[in-house]
Amino acid sequence: MKLLFDRIDEPGLNTLPVYERRGGYQMLRRALAMSPEDVLANISDSGLRGRGGAGFRMGQKAGFLPHGDMDKYLVCNADESEPGTFKDRELMQKTPHMLIEGIAIATYATEINRAFIYIRGEYSFQADILEAAIAQAAAAGYLGERILGSEHSLTLVLHRGAGAYICGEETGLLDSLEGKRGNPRLKPPFPAIEGLYHGPTLINNVETLCTVPHIIRLGGEQYAQIGTQTSTGTKLVSISGDVQRPGNYEIELGIPSRELIYGLAGGPPAGREIKFWFPGGSSSPVLTKDDLDLPYDFDSMAKAGSMLGSGAVIVVDDSHTVLEVALKVAKFYAHESCGKCVPCREGTNWTVKMLERIGSGEATPMDLDIMASVQEQIIGNCLCVLGDAMAMPIGSLIEKFRDELEAEIEAARERADAASLEDVVAVGVADVHAGPLPVH
Amino acid sequence: MSVLGDPRFDHEGGPGRRHTRRPVPRFGHGSRVPGWDTSVDLTKDPATVPDPATTPVPPDLREAIIAMMAKYPDRRSAAIPALHAAQAVHGWCSPEAIEQVAAVMALTPAYLTSVASFYDMFELAPKPRHDVFVCTNISCSLLGADELYDALAEATVGEPDIGVRSFECLGACDIAPMASVDGEYIGPLTVDDAPQIVDDILAGRPVLEAKQLRHRRCADPGVGAISEQEAGK
Repeated sequence: MKLLFDRIDEPGLNTLPVYERRGGYQMLRRALAMSPEDVLANISDSGLRGRGGAGFRMGQKAGFLPHGDMDKYLVCNADESEPGTFKDRELMQKTPHMLIEGIAIATYATEINRAFIYIRGEYSFQADILEAAIAQAAAAGYLGERILGSEHSLTLVLHRGAGAYICGEETGLLDSLEGKRGNPRLKPPFPAIEGLYHGPTLINNVETLCTVPHIIRLGGEQYAQIGTQTSTGTKLVSISGDVQRPGNYEIELGIPSRELIYGLAGGPPAGREIKFWFPGGSSSPVLTKDDLDLPYDFDSMAKAGSMLGSGAVIVVDDSHTVLEVALKVAKFYAHESCGKCVPCREGTNWTVKMLERIGSGEATPMDLDIMASVQEQIIGNCLCVLGDAMAMPIGSLIEKFRDELEAEIEAARERADAASLEDVVAVGVADVHAGPLPVH
Repeated sequence: MSVLGDPRFDHEGGPGRRHTRRPVPRFGHGSRVPGWDTSVDLTKDPATVPDPATTPVPPDLREAIIAMMAKYPDRRSAAIPALHAAQAVHGWCSPEAIEQVAAVMALTPAYLTSVASFYDMFELAPKPRHDVFVCTNISCSLLGADELYDALAEATVGEPDIGVRSFECLGACDIAPMASVDGEYIGPLTVDDAPQIVDDILAGRPVLEAKQLRHRRCADPGVGAISEQEAGK
């Protein structure tokens, strides 16, 4: 079943005439004819869970917003920077009006008059398309004052970021949107109470908002029939890494993971086997080939000790070592840590150093225990989950591939010993075990 | 050979970590950006908002920034878009560029420098005109991004107008390994594509048109084909 991806490659779908010909903005009309409470009830009934990573129910989050006449904001999180995730990019590039319609309906349900789309700076092509689409929609009266003759008004502004992973975190995004460094804020107060410019703010992912028109079309209860009981609807899954057909696929939540990786993406190249896979972006704990029969939905992934996250499956086959993947993960988070909280800033940094020690043959098996304890001390101790996002996959890699890492430590040490013996001959140090020379 | 001369025993940083710092120009009031490794000069007063009367700003840039500020309830929200615009004009976030933005937005240069230094896409040192960002994150590196980066770096040796940089993650793992050339996503690339990319950039042509992301169709076979007839409607 395709909702978001239905005939998405239709030429010109990113322009208003083609989108309208396919029934675009009819759901906005239908929603505006309903009361805001009814629209919100439909969203709640649909059971739609946030597609950005946390999987929080959108209806519940929107319900947290206070009622009444005040400056409230909706922010669409289009900062998609989780490694392995590229679903929002395809949506914004090919069907930007679906997002605009979803934003218009969501703001009507929550009585919000000001909305922003925070798009990552690297997506300049997609941002240009969105900007043109917003101008078209405004000219046609789908945005602006008194939309389609109703009482609802909405200004929508596209805001381009400038390259920072942390700005995908909702409070970091808010600070960045206010023109500051993208440091996360202390929660509570949650953004629904005090967010952008100290006003109540609803923050949702692109895919979540794109789903809203389809919920109105099907009706909330009908939408909830798709997928599993607690993970309703369809989900875009970005599959990448060692697979034959990487790309975005729209699936019903709850299909077997094997079907996803082998059926849709073609599995790893011939002759190779899956070693492990990230089910929800590089920040999710890894699963192994034993977990391939799990249903792909929020709860099954959580039960298996991982998470569905943003729906980004990264497959790693047996031609790669655990160490090289762990080092890539750790280096990324060490670079992107904003430095505000000590456990994350220092923890990511030291994890990189310890992993490099393994590679250079300076590590001992005890290092793995120290590294695992560093991960434990990061989790839950920071303002945001960036540190956790490194700690969870690294912790799971140490737990699940301890034997391989220990063997790597041993092998690297032997390599280094052999190399240093050559150095002894070359450099002429008399006794290699004598320790560092005294400093004069 | 003495151990003291051996780079492996050099505790100041070790091999490959020596900084070769390009000279960074200074603000009119004397301080330098981004001041990370130097102590603050306590004898100087902190820089204030530049005087609009004595700070010349290109009219186009001024108008663009004023239009950006009007879009937000708080003018500071326009800081990032304004820095983008200034970087496009000046090539990098030079002290001059930052001073111009500061003058129009009525913010201090220090505030804007703190913002610019946070984000990867703002350059606080002169940079080549063309950016080649090679994604070297997990999905891309599994498929050979590190080799691609080396090939591109090698192919651009002696090209002062092209800067190759490894960037993480550009959000296009479906075309891994990939690169973004002045914002144009291309992939999947092989090391053999490197010379062609450099040629296209230097000739001002669209880069590697056959591999541009914008022409790529959705991978999901179930999205439904669009017939020629329907497309022509």
